[in-house]
Formats: sequence, structure tokens, C-alpha cells
Amino acid sequence: MRGRIAAGFLWIWRYAVAAIVLRLGRRRSVRREIELPSDPGAESWVAALLFGAALAGLAFVAIYAFDDADTQLLGLSIAVALALVAAALILAASLVVPQETLEEHRPPFADPEAAESGDPVEDAALTLREGSDGVTRRRLLGAAGAAAGVGLGAAALVPLASLGPAVGDRYEESPWKDGVRLVEENGMAVKVDDLEVGSFVTAFAEGADKEGLATSLAVVRVRTQELELPPDRADWAPEGILAFSKICTHAQCAISLFRYPLFAERSPGPALVCPCHYSTFNVLDGGQRIFGPAVRPLPQLPLRIEGGTLVAAGPLSGEVGASWGRVREEG
Amino acid sequence: MTTRRIFRFLDSRTGGAGAIGKALRYVFPDHWTFLFGEIAMYSFLILVATGTYLALFFEPSTAHVIYHGSYAPLHGQEMTRAYASAVNLSFDVRAGLLIRQVHHWTADVFLAAITIHLMRIFFTGAFRKPRDINYYVGLTMLVLAVLEGYAGYSLLDDLLSGMGLAIGNGVALSIPVVGGQLGTLLWGGRFPGTQDFFSRLFFVHVFLFPVLIGTLMAVHLALVARPHHTQFRGRGRREGNVVGTPMWPAYALRSLGLFFAVAAVLFLLGGLVQINPIWQWGPYEPYLGTNGAQPDWYLGWLIGALRLMPHFDVVIGNYTLIPNPFWGGVLFPGAVFGFLYLWPWIERRWTGDRRVHNLLDRPRDNPIRTAIGAAVFTLVATVFFAGAADRAFIQFGVSYEGQLWGYRAATIFLPALVFFLTRRICVRLRASGEHPGRGSDSVVVGRTTAGGFEQLDPERAGARSED
Amino acid sequence: MRRARRVAMAATALLLSAYAVAAWAQAPSAGAGAMAQGVRIEEGRGLFETSCSSCHGFDGEGIKGQAPSLVGAGEAAADFYLRTGRMPLGQVGDEPLRGEPRFGEREIRALDAYVGSLGAGPAIPRVEPAMGSASEGMKMFTESCAGCHGIGGTGGVVIGGYAPPLGEASPTEVGEAVRVGPYLMPRFSEAQITPADLDSIARYVELTKHPEDAGGFGIGHIGPVPEGLVAWLAAFAALLLVARLIGERVGGDETKEPR
Repeated sequence: MRGRIAAGFLWIWRYAVAAIVLRLGRRRSVRREIELPSDPGAESWVAALLFGAALAGLAFVAIYAFDDADTQLLGLSIAVALALVAAALILAASLVVPQETLEEHRPPFADPEAAESGDPVEDAALTLREGSDGVTRRRLLGAAGAAAGVGLGAAALVPLASLGPAVGDRYEESPWKDGVRLVEENGMAVKVDDLEVGSFVTAFAEGADKEGLATSLAVVRVRTQELELPPDRADWAPEGILAFSKICTHAQCAISLFRYPLFAERSPGPALVCPCHYSTFNVLDGGQRIFGPAVRPLPQLPLRIEGGTLVAAGPLSGEVGASWGRVREEG
Repeated sequence: MTTRRIFRFLDSRTGGAGAIGKALRYVFPDHWTFLFGEIAMYSFLILVATGTYLALFFEPSTAHVIYHGSYAPLHGQEMTRAYASAVNLSFDVRAGLLIRQVHHWTADVFLAAITIHLMRIFFTGAFRKPRDINYYVGLTMLVLAVLEGYAGYSLLDDLLSGMGLAIGNGVALSIPVVGGQLGTLLWGGRFPGTQDFFSRLFFVHVFLFPVLIGTLMAVHLALVARPHHTQFRGRGRREGNVVGTPMWPAYALRSLGLFFAVAAVLFLLGGLVQINPIWQWGPYEPYLGTNGAQPDWYLGWLIGALRLMPHFDVVIGNYTLIPNPFWGGVLFPGAVFGFLYLWPWIERRWTGDRRVHNLLDRPRDNPIRTAIGAAVFTLVATVFFAGAADRAFIQFGVSYEGQLWGYRAATIFLPALVFFLTRRICVRLRASGEHPGRGSDSVVVGRTTAGGFEQLDPERAGARSED
Repeated sequence: MRRARRVAMAATALLLSAYAVAAWAQAPSAGAGAMAQGVRIEEGRGLFETSCSSCHGFDGEGIKGQAPSLVGAGEAAADFYLRTGRMPLGQVGDEPLRGEPRFGEREIRALDAYVGSLGAGPAIPRVEPAMGSASEGMKMFTESCAGCHGIGGTGGVVIGGYAPPLGEASPTEVGEAVRVGPYLMPRFSEAQITPADLDSIARYVELTKHPEDAGGFGIGHIGPVPEGLVAWLAAFAALLLVARLIGERVGGDETKEPR
């Protein structure tokens, strides 16, 4: 009799435990399966790999110190060390440590099966609203706060304007006007006799900063018979020498290609091409765009020959560099 | 013994033992495609480490010097201190070139990893509630990473990256209304800008953006951990649970192993394969250019767009309202990122599905999403390859002008073609139950009229309605 | 008697051959240089008639719409085009591209001489890279050449043409091209690019054939395009494989692959 009661109690006890565990089990992770490794060989491998990594690391130190610190050997040694550690860890992860699969439950907000837990949200919202209990002129305070925010926000942002000058006339600045001499990169004046037909040279305004966008020019020479300049530029190219801004009107790369055909009847005509997006400008008609994404023609500089050297006869025909809001398109 | 003492020490000062215990048991689902984000994260860590080293040597100064270091062909040439310090780092600092190259390779791989990770997120629908905020965080990190990479390689002031900065200024100027002032503010004046510009670029690259990316990354990880990682469907896997490997010991070791593998691959490349040999390019001046200048790969889509766009501005009166570089340099990437940012909202509106989703779709499970994603990817890829058309001309002799027209046509019909093809493939795969790579694992069996079983042709058997 | 006659004949033959040898050895003497040039020009004229005149005209005056006049083209032009196999051209209007030279050394010299005789033009420049400065050459190359040929001499796009890679260009060919301005290339006079400058430029071009690859494998020396390919197809592909290795556990899990 006592045995049966004991057995009954035991059965109830087990049931209770099971019930408690299963209920609490909803919150805890449940082990689905576990596999204990049984491969001592793998452990030896891991150890060996790690020792190998140590050696490779020391090799790196040695190469750094004694050899000419050759980049290839340095890279190889440290890469081997890192790879061996990686291999050791991956091997250990798969063959040395227990392999478990666990199941966990997601937190209620991320669990679509959980009851709509609006309570915490309601509580939080209520707490927030209760903070203004007893406040009478909410709208006034709100408007005042917004005004303060705008004022202080503006104050905080405005110093950014010190980063640079007002755009103003910045983009119209140019050193070119009547009488400015053209010089080469070494500062020597560009001599007309040095340039033969089909030639191309980079020139600058004498005395100006060479890095200034408007300063640099592409100077080319063609045969006078080839010229097709519009009438108002008829005298801009003495002896067939033309000067254009070197800066592309698309996105401001330096135009560093000049194509001049040896046999004009069977080749494309003389043109300046930009290497970035291949905008192409015809030099014979004053820099009109003939290919590529540029829209504005290349600004041309009128030239004059004085004492065998080249001199500007006026400002550039248009704005230098990429277009932006205030740049005027020429016709 | 000692572990218990350490834990007790920490717990008595932080009360954190419970949290550590939970963290050790944290469950990660196992699929290999879930590791792409980790590859990106580990790349970021390597970038910070190598970048710190490089910042100790680099001089972000535009002051001009005459070079007298070990690389003979540059002797006597005038260059900025920035460029000179980078050349010195490459030739006259032990292990300097290794670290420089590792840093640059890692940047390229970092962006590749983010891109593939983004694609995995998109095509499996992982951006759905409750992870849409995290998706925006991730997209923002991508934008920052692209700009960060651009800033980084432009700091060196070599011929190639200098040309890229000129274009960047042209693109900034092209933004309607504000572009002129924006370009002037960023550069401190007209291009190439004042002395300040390089120190600003340096600050942005070395501090500002890494801090932003790092902070966002921490938020990103927290937003992954909180609802727990998504998982694919399978036995025992429901929306409300997550089944996988606990953090300790297997997952932590695997993840650490992945970190070392990433580092190993990157250091191997950094030592053995040359990247950005700035001494071969020479220093930059605004009046110099070279043929074949290209940006790093993750900006290739922009050079393609700038080259493909036909030559039109929007002009009002005779003032330029929208200059040409705007289309390729701002509108195109803006549209692509706009699509990416808006997609979770679009999908919610379209399908009306506002439920929580923790189970992932296989790409085939949502044919429209997959097809649209594939089409957008095709568009970007087409423009990307168009950017290398000049190299294709030199290598294979295909006419450059002809390629441009071909690519322009392709940007219109290829994405449409890919859309329809992808949708078809998804629907068929879903119907047939095949694995795209392996084909069918299962055998279809049918009952014969005689009463026995026979193996059926899966094609016939699996073909239910096509749509 | 017969024996003596044989000896005499042998002696005469010996003397005659000795004389022939002496005469031959004496051939390049003063005035023979000009004579040799004249011979070359004649030989060149003959070759020109058979191989070039159909496009360039009987006297090299050019044919409208087909081929330019070679009067004033100079030896340098002929030498450049012939040595690099750019001429004869396959079809009128084709872009001249490097290929197998059609003529041998002697024929090229003859044609050079002939074309040079047609009118004053650039002579074959004497280019000595060893006398030049690599850093001066790099500077000049960047300013005048890199826009088309690429800073590493790896070739480039010119809208309407092809600027070839310079890997096969000998220093003399570099000099000739600079003076002649072949096809769409600009040309530079001795005043603009002096012979010393040419030495430096040629030296730099030689350098680009074996650039300093301190960083390892150069992957073509053309910059970010192959670098991006390596980042994706080598690095990321490798990491993809590692991820696959890690992601599917050894030992198997029945829930591994989604169904």
C-alpha cells in the first residue's frame, strides 16, 4: 500500500516537474541535438596548425628585421600565419568542440505568435504624456521651443559657410587678358618657330598659378588653310596657332589628347579629346564639341604674335571648367 | 577554476554574468550566406587597423616638395607632400608598402562583401519588418563606405585619383541651384581648392567617416541581435523560434576563423599582387591627364553613367540649370539608392503584408521581388561594364563609339529581358521543387493503373500551372 | 711540257682570283658611300614601284583620296611605317596598325633612302636611351604622350583611332613617331622636343616595359579595372568558398538545407 502511494506521489512529482520544465522551457533555449567530437586526430591537427602559425609569425619578424623587408615575403609569411590560425579555428569549430543545435525563442516583439503585447507600448506612451500633466499653455511652449530650435540650429549650421568663399565671381576668375604672355611649364615663352603644324603643347599665363583652372591652355598648330573659325574670331589664330582652355567643360579633367591627321582625306579632323569621358572638341571651328557628353564648347583664347612669341589678344571666349548654375551657355 | 574567478570578478563589478551567460548561449542560424555581413565587418576592422598605421606616416599636405627618395624615375620632380609621403611609405618604410596594399585591397573587398550581403538581404526578404530600420542603417553604411573609399584613394594625390577629384568637383557643381556653392565650400574655393582641402579630406577619411560607419555598425549589430537573426525554412523552424548553433563554442570559433581567413586572403594579396602603384602614375596637376584613368571598382558604375549619358544640359534662358554630369553622377546613383531605400515600403504597400517575418524567402518564393531586383542589378551592371568600354576597345578591338551605342540600347532592353526571364525561372523552380544548382534531389513516384508504383519524369509531374 | 702548262694555268687562276679578292676588298673606298646610297635609292625606287606606287603614286606624289604624298615625308617616316609593318596597308582607309614587316632589313633601308630622296624630311633620329634621364622623360611623357598612350605606355583610346601600347616600340621607333606624327599622332619638332629630350622620353618608354613592381604581380599595369577583377574573382571568391566551408557544418544537420 505504501509502495503504491509512494509510486503515485513519484508519478505526480514527475508530472509536476515536467509541467514546470515545459512551461519554463518556453523561455529557455532547448537543446535539440548535441554531438561530442571523438576525433583526437583533429586535436593534433589543430595544435600542429597553431604551432605552424607561430613559426610563420616569427618568419615575418625575421624577414622584417634581416632581409630587405621584401614586400612579397612579408606578405607571404604573415598570410601563411593567418591562414594557419584560420584553419586551426575552423577545424576546431567543426571537429574538436561539441556540435550543438539549439532552439531559442524570439523576444515577444519579434514573435508573430505572441499575444499583441500592446501593454509596454501603452505604458510608455502614457508615461510620456503624463510628463506634461498640469502644463497649461502647451501650444505657446511648443511654438517657443520650435523657434528656439530653428534659431539655434541655424546658428549651429552657419559656421559651415566658413569652409569656403561665396561662389560669387569665383568661377569667372581668369588671368587671361590682352597682353598676357604664354609660357611653357618651365616658364619660358612659347616660341612660334618651335611649333610645327600638327604640334601640341601645354601653356600657361605668365606669372599666374599653374594650378589655376583658367591658367592652363592647350596650344596647337594647324595649317592656315584648314581653319574654319567664325568671322568674329577670324584673327584669333595667327599662322594657324590656336589656343584653348585645357580644362574640359564636362567635368574638369585636363584635355591631354590632340589628334592631328597625317592624311586628312581619310582620317578624322584635328581635335582635342578629353581622356576622362572622351568629349571631343574640333579645333578648326573654335572648339565646338563633336563627340562625348560635354555640352559647352571649349573656351578659346585669341592670340597675337609678338617678337616670335605668343601673347593673348583678349580674354577666353567662355567660362573655364564644368558648367554650373550661373554659367552661361554660348550660342 | 580561473574562468569562474574571472567571471566572479567581472560580475561583482558590472553585474554582467547573466548577460554573458545569455550571450554565450545566443543562437545563430547556420547558413553560409549569413556570413557575408561578417566578412564585411572583419574587412572594416582590418581597414581601421591598417589605416591607423598608415595615418602615422602620411602627410595630408599640398605644399610642394622636390622628391629625393629611393624611386629614381621621380627624382627631381615637383610634387605635393601628400604624394611624396605616400611614395616614401611605399619604398622607404619597412612593411609600408605591404600595409598600404593590404589597406587598399581590403577596401575593395569590403565593398564587394557589402554588395553581396545587400543582395542576400534583398533577395531573401530579410529587410521586412522588424528589420527594415536595420536595412536603412546598412544602406547608409554602404553610401558612406563608397564615399570613404573615394576619399581614401584620392588623398594620395596621384595622377589617376587627382583626375577623379576633378570629376568629383564637376559632379558637385552640377547639382542644380546649390551645386556651385557646394563645390566651392567643399573645396574651399575653385578646384583644385586651397591647402585646407587635403587636410579636410584626411580628417573625413581618417576620423569622421570611420566613426560614423563604426557607430552605424554597432547599431546594425544590435538591431540584428535584438530580434535574433533570420533563418530559412526547415524542419522545426518557425517564425517564433530560431534554430542553430550557439555562440559558444562552435560559432565563436568559426567566426573567429572567418576573421583570420579574411585577414589571410587580404595579406596574401597585399604582399603578392600590386595595387595602386602610385609611383608609376606620377603626381597630379590639374593640367595633366592620362588615358585609361579609372576609379576603383565600386565607382565604375558612375564613370560608365558619365560616359554613356548623351550630351544634353537643361538650360533656362542661357543659364545652365542642370549641367550634364548631374545625370550620370547624381541622378543615376540617386535613383538606384532611392529604389533601394524605398523598396521595403513599396513592397509593403504592394503586397499589403505588414506582418513580422523571421523566416526568409528563397529568391524563387517571391518571383516579382527577385525579378525586379535582378533587373535593377542588370541595369547597374550594364552601366558598370560600359565604363570599361575603352579598355575593351584596346584589348579586343571593338569600336568604342559602337560599344557606347550598344550599351545604351542594352540599358533599356537588358533589364526588361532579365525581369521576364527571372520571373519565369522563379515560377518554374517553385513549381518543380528543384534546386537551381543541383537540380532535383527528389524522385517523383506515381501510381500505375496496375496498382504498383513507377518513377515519373519530374518535368511532367512537377509541371503544374505555370503562373 | 703538259705539266708546265698546267702549272701556268693554275698560277694564272690563282693570280686572277687574288686580284678579284683585292678588287672586292677595295670596293668601300672614298666616294663609294655616296655610290652605295645611290644604289640603295635605285633599289628603293624599284621596290617602291612594285609595292607602293599603286596608292602613293608613281613618284610618291600621292593619289587624292587614297594615300598622302611622300614628298618631304623623310626617311624617318618610311622607316617607321615599314619597320613596324604598318605599311603596306591592307586596304585604303584602314588605320595603320603594327604588324609583321613585309620587307627585310635591306629592302627597308632601300625604301627609306628612296623616300628620303623625294624631298627634305625628318631623318632617322639617333636615339640613345642610356643618355637620357628617366625622370625628365617621365615628366615629358606625362605632358605630351600619356593623354593618348597612357602613363604606363599601355595604349589608349583616341576618338577615331587607337593609340597603341608602346611595349614593342624600339627607341628609334619612338623617336621616329615623335618627329613624323603618324596617322593621328601630333608631331614635335627638334626645337620643341630636342634630341636630348628624345633620349629621355625613350628611356622612360624603356622603363615602362619593365616597370618597378615593388608591390608584386603587376596585373597589366592598367590600374583599377584588373584590380577590381582580382578583388572579386580572387579574393572574394576565396572568401565565398571559406564561408561555404564554415556555413555547412561537418557532421551534418538534417535541417541544413531548406526545402
